[in-house]
Amino acid sequence: MDNFAEYYQRDREWQPSALSSGYKTSVARSPQYALISLENTVSELTGPRFGHADIDPLDKDLIQNFANSGESPIGERIILHGRVLDENRRPVPNALVEIWQANAGGRYRHKKDTYLAPIDPNFGGCGRTLTDEQGYYFFRTIKPGAYPWRNWVNNWRPAHIHFSVFGEAFAQRLVTQCYFEGDPLIDKCPIIKTIPDSKAIDMLVAPLDLNASVPLDSLAYKFDIVLRGRRSTLFENRLEGN
Amino acid sequence: MAQDLDYLKETPSQTAGPYVHIGLAPGAAGFDIYRRELGADIAGPNARGERIRIEGSVIDGSGSPIKDVLIETWQANSKGLYVDPNDSSAVEDGFSGFGRVISDFETGKWAFETIKPGSTPGRNGKVQAPHVSMWIVARGINIGLNTRLYFEDETDLNATDPVLNLIEPENRRATLLAKRSETKGKTTYRFDVVLQGLNETVFFDI
Repeated sequence: MDNFAEYYQRDREWQPSALSSGYKTSVARSPQYALISLENTVSELTGPRFGHADIDPLDKDLIQNFANSGESPIGERIILHGRVLDENRRPVPNALVEIWQANAGGRYRHKKDTYLAPIDPNFGGCGRTLTDEQGYYFFRTIKPGAYPWRNWVNNWRPAHIHFSVFGEAFAQRLVTQCYFEGDPLIDKCPIIKTIPDSKAIDMLVAPLDLNASVPLDSLAYKFDIVLRGRRSTLFENRLEGN
Repeated sequence: MAQDLDYLKETPSQTAGPYVHIGLAPGAAGFDIYRRELGADIAGPNARGERIRIEGSVIDGSGSPIKDVLIETWQANSKGLYVDPNDSSAVEDGFSGFGRVISDFETGKWAFETIKPGSTPGRNGKVQAPHVSMWIVARGINIGLNTRLYFEDETDLNATDPVLNLIEPENRRATLLAKRSETKGKTTYRFDVVLQGLNETVFFDI
């Protein structure tokens, strides 16, 4: 276990704080005491390993992975692709990337979602994949619709896809959301406003990527994800440099 | 202006929302899609050590159990070894150490089966008492919360655990201790996570 390098401290001023009054649910679900700062131990520097035996190649194709034979989900077909990197700009290979989303009408296939938009019989709304050696991943899916939610009376979520990323260690664990370039609801969303810095918000907005689109088939959006970086030195051993 | 250090910034976190199950535990959302859901079996059939059940709730600032929480757990085996990517024989075949646990949509109660972990190495040659690392996400949690579960009956090891001893108010250390009970020879530990108030669970910036 000697080759587990420690992670840089997480920038808590860049990340959303736990309590943000505009996002009402956070008010009762945010700790009030300060977090206890913990230097990394083997418990934080290790993590589960996922392999190709765990998941099916079709899992990353949301257009096909729940559709009835010969049918397709309704909506704008998109490719969502990008790389998982760390703060040192190194690719993170073999990262588990899982996504979930509403359908084109803004409705989730979840037994607790009661929005009036219809369920799409051919759309499950989840996918998962592992990054390759260069940290690259892609999904094929349907662009999700905006939907209303109960926060202020008239709040709408911009179109978004939830991302869960598992890198090399428990300390790198990240859940986030990807938004789409040009969506006018981004600036209005109380959940996005939990992030204090507009440059940080920009990191969550995927640009249209016409180069990666498939003519007469799918548009493409590019979404790169950055996980925490780690020192190049050995665990508890700074002899080699930084 | 000096040169740019050229590091990237970490992608900002966003809440997992109320429908995290669709992505990470779709069976609970009401539909089957994957051949196998991840994190369903933590220890596997071959793990040595004491088989235990851990159960609890996550309580919000109003005293109510959260009914849409997802918890990930990470632990060593009974010898204190974590899964090693470079040595697949380090732990028992089938032992992943990783769990995904969701609360009941009506009651907010959650539970999982595992084996009791052993002591693990700490920093500077110290020993860490047996513990399970936990990561908690839900609607309204803007960035996942990290905490640890320790076992109340490991009195001696807990007393010298370097992480528990980092917590300056001694009364707060008890918030990380799971309470043991035995019924019909089966060991259960109770661990409630409290998000706010005098009994707020200790959360870590790791």
